[in-house]
Amino acid sequence: MIPQYGQYSVRPGPEAFLPPAAASMGVVLPDPGQAHINGRIVPEEEAFEEAARMFLGGTVPTIFPGPLVLWAWNEKARKKAKAIKHLFDTLKECAPTGAKPMLIPMPDYRPKYPKINPEVEINPNHPNLTIWHNKIDVCMFVGVHCHQANLSLKIIRGGTNCYTIAMCAQAGHEDACLSFRDASVEKIMHLAEWVKKLKGAVTFGAIKKHVAVLESKDRAGGTRN
Amino acid sequence: MSLDYVKFSPGFDKFMPKEYRDMVEHGPFGKKVTVSQMGSFKEILEEHPMCAGCAMTLFIRLAMISFPNPEDTITVGTAGCGRLAISQAAIPFVYGNYGDQSAVASGLSRGLRLRFGDKPKDVVVMAGDGGMADIGFSMTLHSWFRKERFTTIMLDNEVYGNTGGQESGMTNKGQVLKMAPLGKKFEKMDMVGMAKLAGCAYVATVVPNNPRRVESVIKKAVLVAREIGPTYIQAYTSCNIEYSIPTDKVMEDAKNVENDRYQFSEHLTEEAKHYLATRYGFKEYLPKPATATALPQA
Ligand SMILES: Cc1ncc(C[n+]2csc(CCOP(=O)(O)OP(=O)(O)O)c2C)c(N)n1
Ligand code: SF4
Repeated sequence: MIPQYGQYSVRPGPEAFLPPAAASMGVVLPDPGQAHINGRIVPEEEAFEEAARMFLGGTVPTIFPGPLVLWAWNEKARKKAKAIKHLFDTLKECAPTGAKPMLIPMPDYRPKYPKINPEVEINPNHPNLTIWHNKIDVCMFVGVHCHQANLSLKIIRGGTNCYTIAMCAQAGHEDACLSFRDASVEKIMHLAEWVKKLKGAVTFGAIKKHVAVLESKDRAGGTRN
Repeated sequence: MSLDYVKFSPGFDKFMPKEYRDMVEHGPFGKKVTVSQMGSFKEILEEHPMCAGCAMTLFIRLAMISFPNPEDTITVGTAGCGRLAISQAAIPFVYGNYGDQSAVASGLSRGLRLRFGDKPKDVVVMAGDGGMADIGFSMTLHSWFRKERFTTIMLDNEVYGNTGGQESGMTNKGQVLKMAPLGKKFEKMDMVGMAKLAGCAYVATVVPNNPRRVESVIKKAVLVAREIGPTYIQAYTSCNIEYSIPTDKVMEDAKNVENDRYQFSEHLTEEAKHYLATRYGFKEYLPKPATATALPQA
């Protein structure tokens, strides 16, 4: 069924070779203090819980830090990097047995030839390669410039079944399955707290069930939210 | 843009691919490297998808090594073969629409001056002869007339290489190409003459088979563009595919072309000479002492 404008749910794919830009399907960005889950605007706290659940429910939950935090441009970048590292360590500590949390950098946006090494890096021009190679089922973008994040998120939704989270320092990303806005050190640390809080409450691989529920709602033909 | 952007945020070192760790540890950033040290440091351009033996790639590689401050350099390019390699380098690259590279570079260089004041940030345009002398001709020339302070480098392979062999304004008269079967009807454009006429402070022609010379002209052009005015380098970078040059004969061809119609030439304004001599110690541009007059016989 082709979703109508305003009924579009931003969820893991594989959706199509060229999935529509979520914005063109009526998904709007959250206001300060809010976030979106599958395109539905929610209070930010709800998104923290959902993101933590997704992370803990993934078999290969992965953080993709981008150039804005990987390189020590300024004090803010360094502090954010520290917080991201803390989130990753928390995830490793709290993820259910069997899960394999990863941190894979996106060091720059070069359209690299002849190829990237998907084991150790992700590139915005073909992020699906890294996701396929490592069987990543949930990921978070942080520190990636918006235009490159949008490109990647759409490619991921088009060609993979990975659940995407955007920890965006600007106004958020419609094309992520879940997006925060105004990302800060505090917000990244808060997400780590949520991960800690939900330790043991999410079963290994629960994300699959979650995605199946979203899909069955689709098949039922109602609004995709 | 500073040396900090070539340092990792603490804690991420071990996650970075080896290539990037090598770049930080052994790259040219913040050091003065030269072409004679090639092989002893990590270059900012290594892998690329251009044709085997392409002289343009060698030239681009040498040019990148020669940038005086790679950590403070932005390249601007456009459609054409060169961008395939330039975009792979570990320095920022801005890709304009076909032909608009000099307009993009004008805005960029002005913006950087506003943003960073006196701190030099070098803007270097590198584009093909078609992009520069045909489609982007007006923008190239206008940037020179406006005295925009950035370096323009023409990768002159005398053909539209990327699209399979159409003639460009820089193709020689009479040349037959795959998509110019009747031969070119008019002379190769004199872009060097126009650059001088438009007031470029430094103008040079060069071929890639003399790495030291390539290094010297690139350094001078980039330095002069920082403060004095527009600079232009026209480099013969043969297209071995469209001109059917066997890969092992590419350098031989460059040498022959250099001897024939692409002799090394360098033109500097007096202001540029004075600047290079006083600011950067180029002794060859110091005013020559007046010849001593013969002492009167006792
Ligand atoms: C506006 C526009 N027209 C045409 C093209 C197609 N095009 C891409 S590269 C190219 C020719 C490039 O020739 P040149 O600038 O001489 O560079 P080379 O490939 O020879 O290095 C053309 C015509 C384009 N990309 N954009
Ligand atoms: S087509 Fe010609 S100029 Fe382009 S990469 Fe190949 S050899 Fe070089």
